[in-house]
Amino acid sequence: MKRCLERRLIPLAAATCLIALTGAAQAQSAKDPIEGWNRAVFGFNDGLDAALLKPLATGYKAVVPELVRNGVSNVFNNFGDGWSAINQLLQGKPVAAAQMAMRVATNSLFGIAGLFDVAADLGIERQPEDFGQTLGRWGLPAGPYLVLPLLGPSSLRETAALPVDMQWRPAALTNDSATQVGLSALQLIDVRAGLLGASRILDEIALDKYQFVRDAYLSRRRSQVYDGDPPDLPEAKDDAPATPGKP
Amino acid sequence: MLFKQAFTALSMALTIGLTPAVAVAATAPDALIKQISTEVIDTVKSDKAIQGGDVAKIIALVDTKVMPHVNFQRMTASAVGRHWRTATPEQQKRLQDEFKILIVRTYAGALTQVKDQTVQLKPLRAAAEDTEVVVRTEVKGKGDAIQLDYRLEKSGSDWRIYDVNVLGVWLVEQYRSSFAQEIGSVGIDGLIAKLAERNKSAAKG
Repeated sequence: MKRCLERRLIPLAAATCLIALTGAAQAQSAKDPIEGWNRAVFGFNDGLDAALLKPLATGYKAVVPELVRNGVSNVFNNFGDGWSAINQLLQGKPVAAAQMAMRVATNSLFGIAGLFDVAADLGIERQPEDFGQTLGRWGLPAGPYLVLPLLGPSSLRETAALPVDMQWRPAALTNDSATQVGLSALQLIDVRAGLLGASRILDEIALDKYQFVRDAYLSRRRSQVYDGDPPDLPEAKDDAPATPGKP
Repeated sequence: MLFKQAFTALSMALTIGLTPAVAVAATAPDALIKQISTEVIDTVKSDKAIQGGDVAKIIALVDTKVMPHVNFQRMTASAVGRHWRTATPEQQKRLQDEFKILIVRTYAGALTQVKDQTVQLKPLRAAAEDTEVVVRTEVKGKGDAIQLDYRLEKSGSDWRIYDVNVLGVWLVEQYRSSFAQEIGSVGIDGLIAKLAERNKSAAKG
């Protein structure tokens, strides 16, 4: 079923790109030419989150002891660290890659297959990287903003990178579809549970949640591509024309 | 075991190696950020009411420890963008007041999450004559390190914060498009009303 979902995701992304291109003619804003479509998907995701994902994550946090939850996060993170190491190598950062590889080795061996994050206690820091960042590092621009059903904020570049990232996750290890769905669901709930605090703050500080999430997402991804220290944008000055025409 | 010793030795060597360099380069701005961060975190750690989410108490803390070092007028003007100059003094004041409440509440929300965190400064890249600098820090706790950077300006002999970066997102830039969107559709008074309403509903909930 999960496979099925993945297969469907790619044509869907392709269709979204197509809409993005045709929508560009009546562009409201260069970074978000298909705002209408994106807002609709955002609303759908938000509804789904409120009805299903958030209650599940809240329940998970309430019922499952912290030690177990941390173990689950650590195993998923350890898995992700391996992918980060590969992407760092692909980005031409051998030192960072070696550090992440060391992290995975330490946690897999001494942290009982990743259940404990021993590496963190030793001061080996995590620097998460994915294939979208690798593409960005090599100069591929983010392209228009896209909100993907279920998966949330993305951009053309990240969506193109997604099938590659998807190959590297615990659920891809098994051919048993029930296990795949279970693992994917657990990973999703784990991530969502970690974001409960952040999403509460978000609800309080955003004037328009869609716009706030979009701009924060694009800024954060840009910052991640430059490892937290991006060059200044040319228009990021006090008297920048805030609205070219109507927003 | 051996690993741990090696790492402890390595980190000690780094600390000793780096400290004098930082101390020499450290004029006021990074020392100021270090001082504010440490004071705020220590206060939160020793105050059960704040940890429990006592918003009034957190706001008092932010007002006394942080706000004196923030150029809030510049922050607001910059977030409002070109519309700031056409706003009346009355509108400017109200914008500034409401925006301040919004920001302090955000900060308050983040502070309730403080448990065993420490703040570490990254080496400052600035010349002695610079009047605007970026101080980069990392908040370290249980999970991944959180990037927290500050833009500071020199006013007289003091340094004042005028923008904050959380996880790669500069706050002023983030609100600039928010505000532009609101001003574009409902005008400056509409934006003020929206901010006030947001602050009021959050104060209740």
